[in-house]
Amino acid sequence: MTNHWQTPAGMTRRHFMSHLAGSSAAYAASLSMGSSIYAFADELKQKRRSAIMLWMGGGPATIDLWDLKPGSPTGGPFRPISTTGNMQICEHLPLMAQQMKHMSVVRSMSTREADHDRGRYYMHTGYVPNPNITHPSYGSVIAHELMSQRPELEIPPFVSIGGASEGPGFLGMAWSPFSVSSNGRIRNLQMSLEESRLMQRMAALNMIEQSFSKRTRDLPAVEHSKVLKKTYDLMTSDQMEAFKVDEEPDDVKERYGTNGFGQGCLLARRLVEAGVPFIEVDLGGWDNHQGIHTILKDDKLPTLDKAMSALIEDLNARGLLQDTVVMWMGEFGRTPNINAQAGRDHFARAWSCVVGGADIQGGLAIGETSPDGSAVVTEPFSSEDLMTTVVKGLGISSEKTFTSKNGRPMKIAGGGKIIKDLLG
Amino acid sequence: MTCIKLRFTPFALAIALFSPTIYTDLSTGSAEAAEIVVPSQVALINDAIEQGWRDYEIRPASEADDATWCRRVYLDILGRIPTLEELNAFLADRGSGKRAKLVNTLLYDDRFTEEYAGHWGTIWTNILIGRSGGTERRTLINRDGMQKYLRDAFAQNKPYNDLVYELVTAVGSTKPGTKNFNGAVNFLVEKVNEEKAVLATSSTSRILLGQQVQCTQCHNHPFNQWKQQKFWEFNSFFRQTRSLRRFVDGTRDIDHAELINEDFAGEAGDAEDALVFYELRNGLTRVAYPVFTDGTEIAKSGYVSDVNRRDELGRLVLQSEFLDKMIVNRMWAHFLGFGFTKPVDDLGPHNAASHPELLDELGKEVRQHSYDLKQLITWITLSRPYQLSAVLGKANEIDDPSIGEMPKFSRFYLRQMSAEQLYQSLVTATGAGAAGSYEEQEQQRRKWMRQFVVAFGTDEGGEATTFDGSIPQALMLFNGDLTKNATSTKTGSFLDRIQKGGRSTRERLTSLFMAAVARRPTKNEVSVAGKLYVARKNNELEMLQDMWWALINSNEFIMQH
Repeated sequence: MTNHWQTPAGMTRRHFMSHLAGSSAAYAASLSMGSSIYAFADELKQKRRSAIMLWMGGGPATIDLWDLKPGSPTGGPFRPISTTGNMQICEHLPLMAQQMKHMSVVRSMSTREADHDRGRYYMHTGYVPNPNITHPSYGSVIAHELMSQRPELEIPPFVSIGGASEGPGFLGMAWSPFSVSSNGRIRNLQMSLEESRLMQRMAALNMIEQSFSKRTRDLPAVEHSKVLKKTYDLMTSDQMEAFKVDEEPDDVKERYGTNGFGQGCLLARRLVEAGVPFIEVDLGGWDNHQGIHTILKDDKLPTLDKAMSALIEDLNARGLLQDTVVMWMGEFGRTPNINAQAGRDHFARAWSCVVGGADIQGGLAIGETSPDGSAVVTEPFSSEDLMTTVVKGLGISSEKTFTSKNGRPMKIAGGGKIIKDLLG
Repeated sequence: MTCIKLRFTPFALAIALFSPTIYTDLSTGSAEAAEIVVPSQVALINDAIEQGWRDYEIRPASEADDATWCRRVYLDILGRIPTLEELNAFLADRGSGKRAKLVNTLLYDDRFTEEYAGHWGTIWTNILIGRSGGTERRTLINRDGMQKYLRDAFAQNKPYNDLVYELVTAVGSTKPGTKNFNGAVNFLVEKVNEEKAVLATSSTSRILLGQQVQCTQCHNHPFNQWKQQKFWEFNSFFRQTRSLRRFVDGTRDIDHAELINEDFAGEAGDAEDALVFYELRNGLTRVAYPVFTDGTEIAKSGYVSDVNRRDELGRLVLQSEFLDKMIVNRMWAHFLGFGFTKPVDDLGPHNAASHPELLDELGKEVRQHSYDLKQLITWITLSRPYQLSAVLGKANEIDDPSIGEMPKFSRFYLRQMSAEQLYQSLVTATGAGAAGSYEEQEQQRRKWMRQFVVAFGTDEGGEATTFDGSIPQALMLFNGDLTKNATSTKTGSFLDRIQKGGRSTRERLTSLFMAAVARRPTKNEVSVAGKLYVARKNNELEMLQDMWWALINSNEFIMQH
């Protein structure tokens, strides 16, 4: 019997865990990774980059938000208004109009995936779906690349609020999104027994884990152990305070909007402050095949306008926007043609995304669509291009290449081209 | 217990399978032993799979030991791990062909009918309406109705073609206990109402025929032989169908819905010539009438008395060879971890199968054997690939479908249990769920399941699960109520019973390992248990509790292997 079992006073949990892991080289390696670069933490903290994706599930009608076509039969009832940036946007986004100097609209997105599942995958990964390989999504890629800037981070580096996001693909389960609801409450976080006993149980658990991984030599077994370690870290970390969005003052909550998306955006800001490199916040309900303009005007646009403008304003006021990319997108846009049910259907050929923050230029309208919105008339941009630009805007090399599990080299973001105007 | 030593070589198994052997009589479903020969379809599978190994010059993994295999087959057929008693009974059986006997017992013994039906009813409920179907506000789907229909169907081993015909053609009410109740309507009830039955079109073709057509709704897909025209032709079969909401008296709350067929006037207003319009990407408008995927046309009238379009669709689906291949592929993937194609429900020509001839042949066998799913399960679970251990070795290193290689089935692919399997395993093995009526237990289980479902916010009801090996799942198993119940030491609990049995601490520890992962503890594990025993101040029950907690949180427990 060694004193491991009593957890000597003064021994930190991490220290303790690495003792326990001594028997297993793999486990010890995964534990010691942080400490070697810990010394540089303070300098790195100065340039801690993050990204927030606002994901509009269902495919938003960007022709009604960011690229209006007044006077065209496809234009719909909304009027454009001027903004603090070099573009006009929808009259039902008046608060966002004040923030557009920080954000740019890419009006020349032209993609091919007009199915929800395929579009979600493509816009999240920069790759079209392929049955033989699963590509890592934005969150996994960016968390993976930016983790070296925050060795002290104990909470998951990729948090998805109010939605599922997309997975880590060949980067492995350790880079998968941590899904939470917008109130920041996390199920089953509360330990049901004292920490010392939990640690002892963990030691027994590690032993069973290691022997199974060694016997089967199969990846799922190994991945499982990595996730257990992350889970343990998170359960015992003070950094989990960041999720307590309820503790924000009422006027701040009010400014973001007291709804799921509003509180989700507020939570995202708290997580950026805590050092989380990637956060996705989901707002669903954009799949408006029927009665689109009523839904947009009465529900979707007011919710979006409040929350998104509050987020940008707040990040800027706290000096965080210069290191945080904010992007807004869905699977695709919607048809210029308004259908018989007063809705718009899926449309990927010509639509808009919005992006700003960190090294990305704000206030610009990039590209142009035809007068009825049915085609891009300037250089078209793809998901790969946008992702490559965002990655670059975060200071990550766009030449970065991953090796997939079968040894194939995979360019970050599908090897897209940089949208030059956005990087100034 | 000498379970580890019971492993027999692949060749010994092959002999056991191919020599005439004592076997339960399948036709009567009785447990009486009768002489029958192991089905020839097992050899069909083995020949095709082994040929693949020779072609790629790989050697398969060794055979899984009996205890591991027993755990595996309970999980796949009944949706839970075996109880300690069941496992021990299997290991104690010294008879030849004991694996075949176990499969037979799980499939045909009345003691297991309810569990079998519950497991497959749940699997098919998730396939047909997703994990969130029937749980949203104002939904038309009645999840209980769907589940009841499927449970009944699997309890009586309804031939698969009958099941499919009923799902495609169903009319009636969604909710058990209402007039005209027909649970099968829950498959289509919500899918026909939205957006011109687009979802009914894509779901029916994908789930039942392995044809992925959702993209061709809007455009001809470059990698898919389906064209936009075909989509709307297939869609035309659903256009006589409508769902009617039935409200709670005096309110606008939906009580249930009714799926009906009614005359369809066509989009041009002529029921004699009931066409639908669709728009090409260049803005031109085209028309479509009901035409099946193989080009078979039916009458163009929209009057139900002239032609009931869904009845015709049902008839045509039953004639399609894709019906046969799809069920084979789905069942194969269920048992072996990967289908012959990936994804399992895409059998289009652009998506090559790993073993196309075997897929064809098994499809024909299924048709010839009256779509008897229990026979198909028997063929697969007795085949050689299903006997192999889950070990990736030097001799079959290239057989790794998780990195995009075509599966060669030279080992058992590790995979995580589904959330349902985990729940059911803990409930059965440890009594972690509460007692109560079937309905009460079902409500509890459903509530527990809901924590893992995340919706995508689209009209198509897309969803994902966080029961995917990520942190929320780990947190649930660390701290959740289910684990608290499973590790309870109260009188009468699983741990209490373990502690009161057995001759020694060592033997009780062995029981824990057998119950959780179907093997004995290693020397190191015994020594950790010893340390825990001291840390718990010689309280054996608390030590067992710690070990049990560690076991059910381990990769070895959560994986099907």
